[in-house]
Amino acid sequence: MKTQRLKVKSELANMKKVAQDPILFSTIVAVLVLVTMFIVFPLANILKESFLFEGSASTHHYTQILKLSYNRDIIFNTLKLGFTVSIISTIIGFIFAYAATYVKMKHKKILSAIAILPIISPPFLIGLSAILLFGRSGLITRDLLGMTNADIYGFHGLVLVQVLTFFPVAFLMLVGLLKQIDPSVEEASRDLGASRWQVFKTVTVPLMAPGIANAALLVFIQSVADFGNPMVIGGNYTTMAVQIYMQGIGSLDMSGATALAIMLLTISVVAFLVQKFYLGKKSYVTVTGKISRERELIADPKIVKPLHLFVVLVSLFVAMMYILVPIGSFIKLWGVNYSLTLKHFKYVFDLGLKPILDTTLLALVATPISGILSMVIAFLVVRKKFIGRGYLDFTTMLSLAIPGTVVGLGYVMTYNKKPLVLTGTAIILVIAFVIRSMPVGIRSGMASLQQIDPSIEEAANVLGASSKKVFTTVTLPMIKPALFSGLVYSFSRSMTLVSTIIFLVSARHSLLTVAIMSQIDQGRIGVASAYSTILIIIVGSMIAFMRFLLSKLGVNKEDIQL
Amino acid sequence: MKKGITIKNMTKIFVTNKNTQVKAVDNVNLDIKPGDFVTLLGPSGCGKTTILRMVAGFETLTEGEILIGKENVASLTPDKRDTALVFQNYALFPHMNVYDNIAYGLKLQKLPKSEIDQRVQKILNLMKMENFADRVPSQMSGGQQQRVSLARALVMEPGVLLFDEPLSNLDAKLRIHMRDEIRKIQREVGITSLYVTHDQSEAMGLSDKVVIMKDGIIQQVGSPREIYQKPANAFVAGFIGKANVIKGEIQNQNGENCQVKIDNKVYKATSDKTFEKGQKIEMIVRPESVVIEREDFKATVTKSMFMGEYHEYEVEWKGQTILISQSNPFGKTIYGVGDEMFIGFDETSIHIL
Repeated sequence: MKTQRLKVKSELANMKKVAQDPILFSTIVAVLVLVTMFIVFPLANILKESFLFEGSASTHHYTQILKLSYNRDIIFNTLKLGFTVSIISTIIGFIFAYAATYVKMKHKKILSAIAILPIISPPFLIGLSAILLFGRSGLITRDLLGMTNADIYGFHGLVLVQVLTFFPVAFLMLVGLLKQIDPSVEEASRDLGASRWQVFKTVTVPLMAPGIANAALLVFIQSVADFGNPMVIGGNYTTMAVQIYMQGIGSLDMSGATALAIMLLTISVVAFLVQKFYLGKKSYVTVTGKISRERELIADPKIVKPLHLFVVLVSLFVAMMYILVPIGSFIKLWGVNYSLTLKHFKYVFDLGLKPILDTTLLALVATPISGILSMVIAFLVVRKKFIGRGYLDFTTMLSLAIPGTVVGLGYVMTYNKKPLVLTGTAIILVIAFVIRSMPVGIRSGMASLQQIDPSIEEAANVLGASSKKVFTTVTLPMIKPALFSGLVYSFSRSMTLVSTIIFLVSARHSLLTVAIMSQIDQGRIGVASAYSTILIIIVGSMIAFMRFLLSKLGVNKEDIQL
Repeated sequence: MKKGITIKNMTKIFVTNKNTQVKAVDNVNLDIKPGDFVTLLGPSGCGKTTILRMVAGFETLTEGEILIGKENVASLTPDKRDTALVFQNYALFPHMNVYDNIAYGLKLQKLPKSEIDQRVQKILNLMKMENFADRVPSQMSGGQQQRVSLARALVMEPGVLLFDEPLSNLDAKLRIHMRDEIRKIQREVGITSLYVTHDQSEAMGLSDKVVIMKDGIIQQVGSPREIYQKPANAFVAGFIGKANVIKGEIQNQNGENCQVKIDNKVYKATSDKTFEKGQKIEMIVRPESVVIEREDFKATVTKSMFMGEYHEYEVEWKGQTILISQSNPFGKTIYGVGDEMFIGFDETSIHIL
């Protein structure tokens, strides 16, 4: 029989089985529709619009971009920033990761704490504190150094801020990989006569090379997609993510923004595909096999001391950046009058609690949807055979790399006209929260499912449980830790999301992050700090509450990734 | 109620990622009577597990039919088939205790609580695991977990019980103990069983019938005795125990009684096949059926190994290596490597292929 026909035949046989299970079947259909409507279709719409000009097919929007040197600069700016930030972040991330896994030193717990901060705080927070420290009335620039014309706005400020925000991404990834290197490989090199430096140079780094490139690309993707920091601190240094918003919403020229959005999307997706399919396959770490035993940690003070100093200094600096904002919210007028005050909070409360309540409420609605849906999709992709499985896997994975501004633009263009008018409604905001937070949950759900032997679920199946029963009575209880980290992540992500939703907010629903952005825009740094402080408190207490809940449910704290 | 299994023209072709076809199961026909214990035995990759997974419902068939009892189940999902499966890695639910693991399938059937309780208690008694009801899987040894896994399947009183190499994760001693226990319980309950293994001693010890497979094709179906003493071909002979393949020639056949010429000696043998006079044949002679010091052939010892309950020799005869197993070596002459040895074949134990 022809291979293709055979394939079709087995797909059909699988589908026939799926169709016997109505709940499974309708879940698959619903998930595929959702993913198509809110990931694929908006992007397809942008692509279509980008090739239309005054109603006919044309490359006008693209030539327009390439013709204007201003636009060319923006593309160049984005790439330059991305490369610079990814290189510096990866170096710092590697040093942190090496210190965490190879070196015997104190204060190791700080490392993982630092890595969590970017997840629970809004993406422009470090930008905000950089203004407080290094701005025109900055604590360091003006008060300590006496500079009156310090300018944090622009390329160097952005690099500083993005590196501090994104190096934890590289750190987390590299720690995972370094831990997987079997110490005996390095011991073998040592035994064959290599010095410690030669081991590092000839074994550790080459083994890690694909991982390092991987981490760099991951940071690159985040940097080019970043909207909050360039918006806050970019000044005249405009990046593509910001320009898409400026042109689409600021100048109400959505079709003009489409070409730029497609170009940004292409950059991110290419970087992501290279990372996933080229570098992903090159990893040597998995080849070295099972880790035979614990690593002998380096205790040589010549190595430990400088590393320790570096790690502690960077950590302190990052911590300071995060603490500065809550402090700033109590300062009367930063740079001029450092007396304590509650007037910013009073201003916030006078202005109304609506953005705070709206954001929290919508995030609370989105969180369980996103959490459960991620686990369902992970279950379907890892365990079930059906037509569209590869599509579901690929699109949800790819959406990790899709910049938020591109999604925002896509939603505005797609869902502001009949038959489906969603722009300005709470529904589209909740959908945005879910779609933006779900991919991470799906990946963590898939990772934990892949570690669980499928025969446990097969056992339930053969004992008479339908797919729904298998999922609720066996799968879900076994991946509880992934579910809860997914929930925590969804909530924090929803609360702190800026890029996508800034396209979608309306007078009816103002959101916290958007309110902060507009306060920064108006120069009310104190008020912005007060808002941010409230935001951090909400997210922080939610995480604490979830952790408490988990310990009551008997889930090991070590298993929770947040 | 125990049910039979009928497998008709079963074929399974997998399409690999590189778009090549792999025929895992090739036109298999098999009839298992109600209450029988049948083992699928073969090297890894022979398709035995694929057959089991198709019977359970985890894989779809490319061609063919499966009947459990009189019902054609080929397109049913696993939860709708009257089967229960004992897994290689036990596959207990880690978040449930022993009682809940065993009661799981009964709860799904929405049976009254009292009946569930009674049936779980009965099976716990049968497995002698009354004291384990509150344990969770991580608190038990591999052997105990496998007993729970068996109990969880048995409690369903399925028409057909399936085993997927259930003993291969246990250590050697425990394996023998569990093997005997499975056989004992299966006899007691009288349940139809299909058992997959690559371990020949398991297959021999457990089965009413053994199915030998290679490359997706059934090589032979028979009782353990038939499989060992009358292997259908050289593969079966070599896979079950050790075998010498001896070349010879038919000199005469009278009904079942044959006279075969090996080298220049004439031996008697029986066969239900019909041969022509002078036909070249191959015979299987097991190592324990080679007789030392019967002065038929002269051979040179190339290996001599004392194994305790028997002595193992390899001798070279006419450019061929013959394997000999001499039972109870106590007080017998021991030959060393390089020694000359007379050998012959036990006439009651020659099987013509």
